[in-house]
Amino acid sequence: MLYREAGDFKTSYAADSQTFPIAFDRYRYWAVLAVAFLVVPFFVNDYWANAILVPFLIYAIAAIGLNILTGYCGQVSLGTGGFMAVGAFACYKLMTAFPDVSIVIHLILSGVITAAVGAAFGLPSLRIKGFYLAVATLAAQFFLVWLFNRVPWFYNYSASGQINAPERTVFGVPVTGPNTEAWAQYLICLVFVTVCAIIARNLTRGTQGRTWMSIRDMDIAAEIIGVNPLKAKLTAFAVSSFFVGIAGALFFAVYLGAVEVGEVFGIQKSFLVLFMIIIGGLGSIFGSFAGAAFLVILPVALKLVGVDLLGWPTDLVAHLQLVIIGALIMFFLIKEPHGLAQWWRVAKEKLRLWPFPY
Amino acid sequence: MSADFLYGIEVVINGLMAGVLYALVALGFVLIFKASGIFNYAQGVMALFAALTLVGIMEGQVPFSHLINAIFGTDLHYFGWTVPALLAIAVTVVIMIFFAWAVQKFVFRHLVGQEPIILFMATIGLAFFLEGVGDLMWGSDIRTIGLGLPQGGSLWIEEATASLGGDDFYGFFLDKLDILATAVAAVLVAALVAFSQYTKQGRAMRAVADDHQAALSVGISLDFIWILVWSIAGFVALVAGVLWGVKSGVQFSLSLIALKALPVLMLGGFTSIPGAIVGGLIIGVGEKLFEYLVGPLVGGATENWFAYVLALIFLVFRPQGLFGEKIIERV
Repeated sequence: MLYREAGDFKTSYAADSQTFPIAFDRYRYWAVLAVAFLVVPFFVNDYWANAILVPFLIYAIAAIGLNILTGYCGQVSLGTGGFMAVGAFACYKLMTAFPDVSIVIHLILSGVITAAVGAAFGLPSLRIKGFYLAVATLAAQFFLVWLFNRVPWFYNYSASGQINAPERTVFGVPVTGPNTEAWAQYLICLVFVTVCAIIARNLTRGTQGRTWMSIRDMDIAAEIIGVNPLKAKLTAFAVSSFFVGIAGALFFAVYLGAVEVGEVFGIQKSFLVLFMIIIGGLGSIFGSFAGAAFLVILPVALKLVGVDLLGWPTDLVAHLQLVIIGALIMFFLIKEPHGLAQWWRVAKEKLRLWPFPY
Repeated sequence: MSADFLYGIEVVINGLMAGVLYALVALGFVLIFKASGIFNYAQGVMALFAALTLVGIMEGQVPFSHLINAIFGTDLHYFGWTVPALLAIAVTVVIMIFFAWAVQKFVFRHLVGQEPIILFMATIGLAFFLEGVGDLMWGSDIRTIGLGLPQGGSLWIEEATASLGGDDFYGFFLDKLDILATAVAAVLVAALVAFSQYTKQGRAMRAVADDHQAALSVGISLDFIWILVWSIAGFVALVAGVLWGVKSGVQFSLSLIALKALPVLMLGGFTSIPGAIVGGLIIGVGEKLFEYLVGPLVGGATENWFAYVLALIFLVFRPQGLFGEKIIERV
């Protein structure tokens, strides 16, 4: 009834090619943004911010990044954790080297640095494909983590090998360091997520996105019709790493505050982000959000039900969680390779006609 | 001969033996990949699961006791008996065959014809699933395998070689277990080769590896062959899991040997059994030598990534690995 396109006439090309062509989608989009920016910050408390909202937003950025590389350009990467570490350490070095520059600029610059590193590790993708490449990105993962562990320059020669985020402010409000309030953490992540999502959405539906998708669907055919695989693959690696780097920087500076690289940015993180885009939907920006939300909420929900409600031991619930995540991955790959995003699409198709069957 | 040179040789020999263990894991990958085109990331977790199951059965542990206790409030842990090693191994093999059947029936049957990369991601899911099940079944403590395999340095070799060098050389230090592992791996490879060359099922397996459709058309059951291959891979995983488990205890890190085997595969090529063995030896020697020669200069612990970087550099020049089939792509 509400959700339909009949009677929604477009009078200009701009209106015809906008992101949300259906009026209801547009209103929903603005409503979600309004709630996220104007309502949630007043109600968010430490528990919600730390357990769900902030990790969700940060993982959403990482998932968007990986989705560009894997979902749109078809290059599977298992090095996400390593690239997040690059973002985190770049941010740390910048924050300590230039304390007077705004943290927002540092966060963006760490994305740029990660993009350069990502493009460098993307070079082998020109020669090797498929899971050879997936395994090759593991090289990035192990090498980068080792590098940040072993070279003291990266952690400013601190005794513990940890990096700690000093306090930095945006408009006089601390957003990193121990004095940060939950709403400030939440808002800075939200701003970055929103901007990243808009950039990613517009990149992927334009020329660049189509180039990536042609490489994904069949790279040789794409080459024959005039797509430059070198450019397409390296831009995908760079853009993807840019987002992943920002996510890593936020994860370190805003969310955790202190990071030990092997623990936080290990290979488990790479798998987690990969699972997010598989469950959420390969090749979909909405899917990145859905997958991130799902895998952030699942452990919290399991803990609520298992430990708090049923009184089971924590390690048992943790094992169950592994089983459930593994089973879900296989389930989604078998039943719905396009993930939660596809369910969302199907639901919208149905809604267009509702309540009539045809 | 100078002592430094002899120590270098010792490093090489130890590297070769570590390489044999890598090759053993890589072998499981190659078997499945050749027959079904599935790149089985779960091989390492299968080794962990098999070793855990073996220990659990030998000690007479109640499976899922943790879960049962939590649900029903009981206090079960052990049946109160111990099972002799040979019987326990037989039961474990049966369980691995059942696992092969279940994987085929519930997962990969439904993914036939999907892109390889989708299958790969499915095996990552499988790895998580199996790891969780293993922990639920047998608990997540570090276990030791009581098979009575020899361990520690071999004094005999140490004494026999001590006279080679000068005064500051004390002979080669070789772990007895590594020697045993080398022998086991050699026997296993010989058995596998004999199986695939001289038995009916082995020939069918090779036919499937060669061409699925042609194999189907001469009446070979793909389902059966795939279950067979997964079972053999499960058996190889059991052997690898036991050997590694005796070395470093049966624990979660055992599943990470899969990560060690990946560069071996890239180097040797995914489709070649000799490739897996040669690749394993190269990686084993390479990383030990690199750690010995260059490691002290850059802060040590290079073993984590050296194999990967070596494989990566190698792949840029030869994308199909040392012995892999030439990659031909058509539009």
